[in-house]
Amino acid sequence: MTLTKADLAELLFDQVGLNKREAKDMVEAFFEEIRTALEKGDSVKLSGFGNFELRKKSERPGRNPKTGEEIPITARRVVTFHASQKLKSRVEETYGGASA
Amino acid sequence: MTKSELIANLAARFPQLVLKDAELAVKAILDSMSDNLATGERIEIRGFGSFSLNYRPPRLGRNPKTGSKVQVPEKHVPHFKAGKELRERVDLVV
Repeated sequence: MTLTKADLAELLFDQVGLNKREAKDMVEAFFEEIRTALEKGDSVKLSGFGNFELRKKSERPGRNPKTGEEIPITARRVVTFHASQKLKSRVEETYGGASA
Repeated sequence: MTKSELIANLAARFPQLVLKDAELAVKAILDSMSDNLATGERIEIRGFGSFSLNYRPPRLGRNPKTGSKVQVPEKHVPHFKAGKELRERVDLVV
């Protein structure tokens, strides 16, 4: 099952004891704080989970895959996420050893 | 922004809560997200983005020091795709 904001709010209600309203607002505020930091150009480092960083991409040539027409992909700033070593090894523990 | 700064910012937004509540909330959210990813479940946060696992097939690599061939096993790595709102807000000021 995919984890959503509703699931996280439920968790804050159950585990942290926030009321329903606070739990919902807290989840919203959590992601809004991260968006705001990134928007300001600040990277976000959440130890044990991972880092959100910003990368500047310069303009590069692209094409419309449907028509084949060449159009430049404009310069932009994008967010990248790097999982912490801890999160990566937890994922590996789940899938490690399962040979294809 | 670090985790402790995030906790302090959140505590400031909720004057009725104490710092400890914000700290527990952040910990609960991050633990739950990690648990889900670690068991191969997706995370979908509207307006922020989604987390999933990407599969890397096994490949023949090389030890850069000795040049000898080594089999690199398959693996799964966490992947984040920014959602529309985050993508647009971050791109606004370049």
